This record gives sequence, C-alpha cells and structure tokens, in this order.
Amino acid sequence: MRTVIFGSIAPYLTALMVLYSIFVLLRGHNEPGGGFIGGLIAASALAVYGVACGVSPVRRALRFHPMAIAGFGLFIAAMAGMFSLFAGVPYMTGLWIYPTVLGVELKLSTTLIFDIGVYLVVVGTIASIALALEERDRG
Amino acid sequence: METAMAFLGGLYFAVSIYLMLSQYIIRILLGAALFSNGVNLTLFTMGRITRETPPLIPPDAYVGTPDIANGLPQALVLTAIVIAFSLFAFLLVLVMRSYQELGTDDTEEMRRAEPRDEPVPPLGY
Amino acid sequence: MDLTFLAFFAPFFAAVLAPVLVRYLRHHAAWALALVPALVFIHFLGFLDDIAAGARVTGGVQWIPSFNVNFSWLIDGLSLTFALLISGIGTLIVLYAGGYMKGHPQQGRFLSFILMFMGAMQGLVLSDSFFMFFVFWELTSITSFLLIGFKHGAERSRRAAMQALVVTGGGGLILLAGLIFIWNITGVSEFSLLLASGDLVRQSPFYLAALILVLGGAFSKSAQFPLHFWLPNAMEAPTPVSAYLHSATMVKAGVYLLMRLNPVLGETVAWETILPVFGGTTLIVGTFLAVRQTDLKLMLAYTTVASLGLLVMLTGFGTEKAIEGAVLYLVAHSLFKGALFMAAGNVDHEAGTRDVTALGGLMAAMPITFGAALLSAFSMAGLPPFVGFLAKEEIYYGIAAADPWSLAITVTAIIGNALMLVIGFAVALKPFLGEKVATPKAAHEAPVLMVAGPVVLAATSLIAALFSGLFHALVSSPMASAVAGTPLQITIGIIPKPGLALTLSLVTVGLGIALYFALVHLRAAMAWLLATIGWGPDHGFDQAMRGLVIGSTALTRTLQNGRMEFYMTATFVLLAAWLWRAMAAGGEWPQMPAFPDLYGYEWVVILIAAAGLIAVVRAANRLTAIVTLGIQGFALAVLFMLMGAPDLSFTQFMVETLTVVILALAMIRLRLSPQDHRSAGQTLFDGTIALACASALTMITLQVLETEFDRTLTDFFNQYSYTIAQGRNVVNVILVDFRGVDTFGEIGVVMIAGLAILALLRVVSRRGARPASPPVGKSEARPVAGMEV
Repeated sequence: MRTVIFGSIAPYLTALMVLYSIFVLLRGHNEPGGGFIGGLIAASALAVYGVACGVSPVRRALRFHPMAIAGFGLFIAAMAGMFSLFAGVPYMTGLWIYPTVLGVELKLSTTLIFDIGVYLVVVGTIASIALALEERDRG
Repeated sequence: METAMAFLGGLYFAVSIYLMLSQYIIRILLGAALFSNGVNLTLFTMGRITRETPPLIPPDAYVGTPDIANGLPQALVLTAIVIAFSLFAFLLVLVMRSYQELGTDDTEEMRRAEPRDEPVPPLGY
Repeated sequence: MDLTFLAFFAPFFAAVLAPVLVRYLRHHAAWALALVPALVFIHFLGFLDDIAAGARVTGGVQWIPSFNVNFSWLIDGLSLTFALLISGIGTLIVLYAGGYMKGHPQQGRFLSFILMFMGAMQGLVLSDSFFMFFVFWELTSITSFLLIGFKHGAERSRRAAMQALVVTGGGGLILLAGLIFIWNITGVSEFSLLLASGDLVRQSPFYLAALILVLGGAFSKSAQFPLHFWLPNAMEAPTPVSAYLHSATMVKAGVYLLMRLNPVLGETVAWETILPVFGGTTLIVGTFLAVRQTDLKLMLAYTTVASLGLLVMLTGFGTEKAIEGAVLYLVAHSLFKGALFMAAGNVDHEAGTRDVTALGGLMAAMPITFGAALLSAFSMAGLPPFVGFLAKEEIYYGIAAADPWSLAITVTAIIGNALMLVIGFAVALKPFLGEKVATPKAAHEAPVLMVAGPVVLAATSLIAALFSGLFHALVSSPMASAVAGTPLQITIGIIPKPGLALTLSLVTVGLGIALYFALVHLRAAMAWLLATIGWGPDHGFDQAMRGLVIGSTALTRTLQNGRMEFYMTATFVLLAAWLWRAMAAGGEWPQMPAFPDLYGYEWVVILIAAAGLIAVVRAANRLTAIVTLGIQGFALAVLFMLMGAPDLSFTQFMVETLTVVILALAMIRLRLSPQDHRSAGQTLFDGTIALACASALTMITLQVLETEFDRTLTDFFNQYSYTIAQGRNVVNVILVDFRGVDTFGEIGVVMIAGLAILALLRVVSRRGARPASPPVGKSEARPVAGMEV
C-alpha cells in the first residue's frame, strides 16, 4: 500500500481529516457530530497516515503516545465534571460562560470540555490499536 | 417501515448466531461483529423510526417539535457502536494472539486451558 | 460514644494489635492483651445492678435504615450473663494462651484469632437485631475454623476445621432462613420487640417450619446428636481454644439461641417434645462416648456434648424449675469445664502426654493444678458446696414427677449425671493420684499464666455457691427470668434440704462412684460396642464431602468441558427455548404486520445489507469476508442516515472503515482457514438454532412495535435540550450532558479495551511468532488459504 502517490498525499489528507474532525467535534452540540464521531474521524486519519507512510512518522507527528492522549482525555472529562463542585451543584452539571472575543460571542461550557475529553479518549485509544497492529504488520 | 427493519434485524441475528456456532474462531469473531450490529439496529428500531428528520431542534425554536426523530435510542446506540468496536478490536487481537500461541484456529484444538484427562481434585482435607 | 459500642469492637482492635505486641513483648504481651477483655468484663459488671432490678438495656445505631436494619444491642439477664462469662473466661484464656503457646512462632496470630473469636461471640449474645446476630453467628464459625485449624500443617487439624465450618456454618444458613420466617410472621427483626409477639409466632401456620429451621441452626452449633461429631474432632486445636470454645462460648451459642427464643417459640408440644428428645439422646450418647476415651481432652469434649444435651433437654422441658436448673447448670458448666480443660492442658504441657492411662502420681509435682481440677470435678459431679450442686438440685426439682415422660427424662438425667461424675473424677484424679508413672517430660508445676485460669474458675465455682443469695440475685434469677419470659426467683442454697431432689442426688452420686470403679470395664465394653457398629456420622461426613467433590467435578466437567462449540450451542439453545416458551406460555404472538411501505431506494439499501450478510456466511476466502462485512456495515450506515439518524450514520461509517482496516491488518498475518468445515447435518442443526433464536427475537421486536410508544422521555429531552442544556443536537446533549456520567464510564471502557489490546500485543510469545509445524495430534489436513489481501 506504500505507493508514491498515496504516500505523498497522505500527510495532507490526514491534516485535512484531523481539521475536519475538530470541526465536527465543535459543532456537535447543535449539529450532527460530537466527540465520538470526531474522534473516530481523527483516528482513521491517523490510521491512513500510518498505512501510507509507516508508523514512525505518525508517532513522531503525534509527539505523545496515543494511549497518553487517551489518558489525558479521560482526565479532562473527569475534571469537566469537577467545575460544578465550585458552583455548588451536583457532579457534572453543565455550566456555561459567554465571553466576547473579537466582537463574536462564544458559548463555552463544561460540556464542551467533556466532549473534548471524549474525543481525545476515542482518538488515542483507537489510534493506538491501529498503530500497534500496523507496527506488527511490518515486523 | 419499522417492520422491514425488524426483519432485517432478524436476518442479522440469524446470520450472526449461525456464524458464532462455528468451530473456527474467525467465524465466531465475524459473528460477534454482526451480532452487535443486529442488536444496535433492533434497539434503534424499537425507539420508532422517523424518516429523514434528525433529532435537531430548529434554529428558530426553543423546544423540539414532536415530529423530529427520537434522540434517546440514538444516543444509546451511538455509544454502543463505539464500545462494540472496542470489543471487536479486543477479540480480534485475542484471536490473533491465540492463533500465534497455539497454532490453530480450531476451538476444538484450543483446549489447553481445560485438558481432557485432568485428574479429579484431591479428596483429602 | 457509648461505651457499650466500644466494648463491641474492643476485642477486634486488640486482635489487630496482638501480632505487633507479641513481636516486641513475646509471651508477656498476654498480660497487656488480657486487659482488653478484662475492661470489657468490668464494663458489663456495671450493668448488674440495673439488670437485677428487672431493667432491659437496649441501644445502638441505625445501620441500613432503608431495610430497617439496625446495629442494636440488647442487654438483659440472659445476654449479660453470657457477656460476663465470655469476657471473664476470655481474660483468663488470653493469659493462659500466653503461657501455653510461649515461644510458639505464631503466638501473635493465635492470640489475634482468640480475640477475634471473643469479639464475634460477644457480638452474638449482645445482638438485638437478627441480622447482626446472624453476622456474628457466622463470624464465630469462621473464627473457630481458624482456631481449630491452627495447626494447619496436620491433615487432622484441617479436617476438623473444615468439619466445624461446614456443620456450624451450614447450620447458620438454615438458622437465617428460620429467622427470616419469624421476621415475615411478626414483621419485627429485633429480639427485644419479638419477645412480645410470641403468640403471633406460635399461632402462625409457618410456626413449625420456622421452629425446625431455627433448631437446625441451634443443634448444629451446640453439637446435638447426630451433629455432635464436629465437637470432639475440634480437640485438634491447641488447648486454650478447646477450653474457650467448649466451655462458655461457641457451643453454647446454640443453647443461647434456644434460651433467647424460649419465650417466643416455647410452650408448644413441638418444642417440648423435640428439645428433650434430642437433648436427652445427646446426653446419653455423649456420656457413653466419653467413657470410651482415654485422652483427657476427648473425655472432656464428649462430656461437653453431653452437657449441651442436658441443657437443651432442660430448656425444652417446660417447667420453671427446669429452666432455673438449666441456667444454673450453664453457669456451672462454663466454670468447671473451662477449668478442667485448662488443667488437662497443664498436664499435657508439663508431662508431655494427655493419655489418662499413661499418667499418674502428678499430685506432688503439680499441686495447684491438681487442686483446681479437683474443685472443678466436685462442681461437675454436683457435690456441695459448688455451683454444680445447686444446678443439679434445681434440675431434679424441675423434672422429677410421677408421669412416665418426666420419669424417662429423670432417669436420663440421672444416668447422664452419674457418668459425668465418673469422667470428672477420672480427669481430676487419675493423672494426679496413685503411683508415679514415668511421663515423656519430667512434670513440674505450670507457670503462673497457666495456673491463673483454672484456679480463678475453680474458686468462682466455690464462691458463687457459698454466697448463693447474692449470686442468685445478681446473675441467675435475672437470667432465668429472661429465659422464661416471666420473673423468677431462684432460692436454692448449698445446705441440702431433705426431699426427692436430695434422694435423686444421692442416687446419682452412688451410681457414679460405683461406675467410677468399674470404669476400665465400662471403657472396654464401649470400645467393643463402637467397633461392632463401626460406622458413625463422623465417617458419614467424610463420605458426604467426597461425594460433593466427585459430584461437583463431574458436573463441572460436563458443563465446563472446554469446548467452545458446546458453550455457544448451549447458550443459544437455551435462549431460543426461553424466548419461545415465554411467548407460548403467554400466548402472545405478534399480529401479522402490514407489508412495509418503503421508498424504492430504501428497499435497495436494505437488500444490499441483506446481500452483504448472506455473502459473509458464504465467503470462501478472507478478502470476500472482509469486503462483504464492510458492505453490510456501510449499508447499515446509509440506513441510519435515511432514518433520521445522521450521528449514528457517521459513527457507523467510521467504525466500519476502521473495522475493515484493522481486520485486514490482522488477517494478513494469519493463515486462517476461511472454509466452513461443518458437515451437512451440523449445518442443519446450527441453522435451526440460529433461525429459532432469530425468529423469536424478530417476533419480540414486532410485539414491541405493536405497543403504544411511550414518549415521556423523548418529550423531556426535546423540551429541555435547548432550554436547559443549550444544545440543539438532542443526541449529543444526552451524551455529554444529561447522561454525562454514563458516557464517562463508556469512554473508560473504551480505554480499558485499548490498554488490554496493547498488553496482549506486547506479551512475548512462548512459541515464536508462527509455529513451524502444526501441533501434535492434528488429524485433519488443513486447507491453506492462499489468498492475500
């Protein structure tokens, strides 16, 4: 599968897919999308990159072990629920703030942080499975 | 509409159970993958199907109109799909590893854990 | 914090400390540890005044309020006497164990077990709530298992421990069933409340069932014939354990239960028949078996069985005097049996043997032990001026009457008491009097830690009888009142009053002395008798356990036979049978559904999915299998899209893509057989099962679809997704907000699966990546799949 054409377009394709996955993640609260879907898209992007260019470039590009990314995702998902502690409401109650950046009102919430956590867990876990299988494939 | 989906779900069950009854782990694996699809489809169908209107609240409204699709089974099935995939990946790797270790994909020959001629446990105290 | 609450847990705290203390203080730690039961004893002494005045102290905290289960205690005459015996004798036992186990490498563990057992036993007698009672009851079984099996290197010890656990623990479960019956009948789960609802229980149609279950528990714990065999076997334990378990505690738990429930279950024909019959039989069997023994501890053990029989017999006899006799005898027995066991332990420890035929003339070497043993034997024989005498007089007052039933019971009691006198003196006199016999060790007096126990207990037997007025007022009368359920006053003193009871006492003593001199012949006769019978419940226990192991092995081999195919087939056959049975039983068949009204392109997608599915089954090589698996998955994704579920559709698309990718990655490396090797018959069989399951599941789906759809939850989410959670995508709002904690758990599962996969991939293969040759014993020529992805 390591053809020249595939190998040279794969990085761009991957970048595009990861970008799209983040878009899907962020719009998830109001449109179809969200952490699970975004995470799956990003994971398949990384899997494609791995098939095209080998596993080590993907690992270099990621900088962290994918399982560490998943662990971080689980951590911030748990932390997102902790904010409600300070507001004196039950665990994981959604909290919202509306800062205005450059004249645009942003809607930020703890549920968004939670969804990012879900995204990271899915990306990290599935990418690490796919990469591990690809690695053994070479060996 | 739902009827057709119910029968399709039935076909999923028939095929996946038939595969799981096989003696060869790879077919059991495929059966397990299809079984989760069948379960997801059935669950989704039981929540009633609304054609082409996703469970989205229109931009100009505060509450969803009654004719939008039922979001609850979709939320359940969505996580079920991801978890079923994780399980499938795990089973796949387990199959792969056990094949490498035992050199067979025949479950009859994989009985290392439970040998046929195991002695009776000690009868003393 | 209530001090009583502390007293509940103090022994357990001491048990935790014991190993540490022993490490630093060696056997001197016993002095420190004995402080704990001593303090508990003093705490309970403080209740004597109130209880003697007729008060009943209850207290506790709520434990599981939703089930109305409380951590509550009840202190009345009965439980207070028991608590005093347990903590008082416990103090002496801890000291005794300090001396007896001196230098033993596991002394700390031993003391720890003893203290734990003490805590459990004390909790048992003080519990007010049934559930606490049951928990402590089973805890005594478990801790006694640890104690009896203390010398776990010996198979005999392990067997004895297992036997005690099975018999008493199993009895505990039966008891639990009985208590639940009583709970159901009366609606109360506490003894203090239950005592007022005796009539309710006795008139209930479930009375007999409850009674039999409760008796099952009590009889197993108190070693009533034919469940008596575990008690003598428990003599495998070190002597301090025997002295404690078989004098005041463990085996008295059953008697305690009977006495506790006497006002509730008693005064019925069943109660007054079953108890005396079993008790009387146990009394006779126990004494005769005791005569047979030559081992000091075993002689005492069988008289314990006999004494328990006597207590059960008296509890069930039904007259007030009999209950008074039982109460007095219980206290007397705890004192003299504890002292005699400890004295026997001293002899064993100092002389190196406890075979009565190999001992003699130790009086000069061990005068203090001899004195204590002799005083205790007097009490056991029922001679004045000891508590045993008071008990025996009261017993004869209670049971002697002219009707045949009373006569039979009286004769039983006389024979039993006479034989107990024989054994008592055999234990207390034989090793000490007569010619000095050479023993394995040169005997001398035991250390102070070990003589303290017998001396204090023997002295108590004497003092309690000498000051019988005070003893009755503080201890025995309140206890008898609690057992009888009505106020009783015990008046018996040490000055014998001429009458029927004294006559019977004299008969007993005379018979006993006569038998004492015929002991050798009696022993030979019993040995012959037992050899002739040759088979007893003890042997039966072994057979039952063997049967259990063999039976369960056979069952496991059948059900867990290591054949994946069998597991799968069994699972799905049962599933099909269960689903069809459920529908057939209710007669709930779905109606014939109308022909589905679909658009043309929807039909196309459904047919593609169906075609993909069938192709998976028929796939002849790996590539086909993977591709067709992908086809059905993508068709499913399209279906979700058409049915108003874009989120599902996306997810399904991505998952299906990834499935195909990793399946391909994994399959490249495996030379798996793609063919289905099922024979035609097997295909038919498997296909039938698959169709039976699938059709049942389809029909259930259709039935669900026929019912009216409940929109409550759907409407809730539609209503509040935006107004509360500020999201327009209902699915995502449910996932991350309404059911966020669930989702959190689910991503946890995903991550754990990932970790497990990585771990599996990293395990170093024992055989190398690919086997060079197929394993030995493979008969089938395996078709090699030539197809590469």
